[in-house]
Amino acid sequence: MGLLDKRFESENIVITTMDDLLNWARLSSLWFMQFGLACCAIEMMATGASHYDLDRFGVMPRATPRQADVMIVAGTVTIKMAERVKRLYDQMAEPRYVISMGSCSNCGGPYWEHGYHVLKGVDRVIPVDVYVPGCPPRPEALLEGILKLQEKIRRQSLVEKKV
Amino acid sequence: MNAIQILEKLKSKFPDAILDAKVEGVIEPYAKIKPELIKEVCQFMRDDEELNFDYLMCLSGMDYGKGVLGVVYNLNSIKHKHKFTLKVEVASDAPNVPSIESIWKTANWHEREAYDMFGIIFIDHPDLRRMLLPDDWEGHPLRKDYQVQEFYHGMKVPY
Repeated sequence: MGLLDKRFESENIVITTMDDLLNWARLSSLWFMQFGLACCAIEMMATGASHYDLDRFGVMPRATPRQADVMIVAGTVTIKMAERVKRLYDQMAEPRYVISMGSCSNCGGPYWEHGYHVLKGVDRVIPVDVYVPGCPPRPEALLEGILKLQEKIRRQSLVEKKV
Repeated sequence: MNAIQILEKLKSKFPDAILDAKVEGVIEPYAKIKPELIKEVCQFMRDDEELNFDYLMCLSGMDYGKGVLGVVYNLNSIKHKHKFTLKVEVASDAPNVPSIESIWKTANWHEREAYDMFGIIFIDHPDLRRMLLPDDWEGHPLRKDYQVQEFYHGMKVPY
């Protein structure tokens, strides 16, 4: 709604490129795989709740990887959990994106030296599109990360490249 | 009963089981028990009318360094409102301690955790598997001489 609401006087034709239309549709409905693993999950919940209201960006939590476009890894990824993260990422339909939220999933955070059980960055098992720093990041920071991901999707092209 | 009376009672029942004790001037009065007798001592402390330690508050593994491992038992009696601590020490190359799972069921998971973190073997434990770490993990992380493994299932573990 937001972008085009009340912009037209009557029924009309809009001319745009296929890329712009598809990217606009994709970036406006980023359903995220909720992956709350530690305290970052509390901030993620706060971001989704009424005060920060993720829903206004079309971002909604999904509890299954099959319906998700983006995985928000919110929290400490233990080595035991890392294999599950990888498996759930593999189950997501392409195109898929990953937001790494917080120091722990970025680089191991406070566990970087003595945390024998913590994976030192979720990018060791899955590719990450946006890193959100903080311990934990405030909801504004997560929103910034989602907006950065939207920028990235806006610049992408689904058209087959001709040589 | 206070800690001095509890210790006296233990001494009269098990004269050769107590290696060391400290009951005055400490927050948690304790007695150091021979490892092979810990099960008998615990059984007595639970079943005796005057002692009646019906609650195992905590069971902890310890690494004292220099090749000495230990287990600490924090006992409490809800009925008599008194507390006491038992300790055992074993060598880290043969860390065998009798399980007290048959006396207090709560010891089941505590002993599994002590096994997971320190490698203490609890004899006659019904299900001595790792509690927290994956089953195929190498080593016991809270030992002072622990070296973390380089890779686990293809994932690099150190930073």
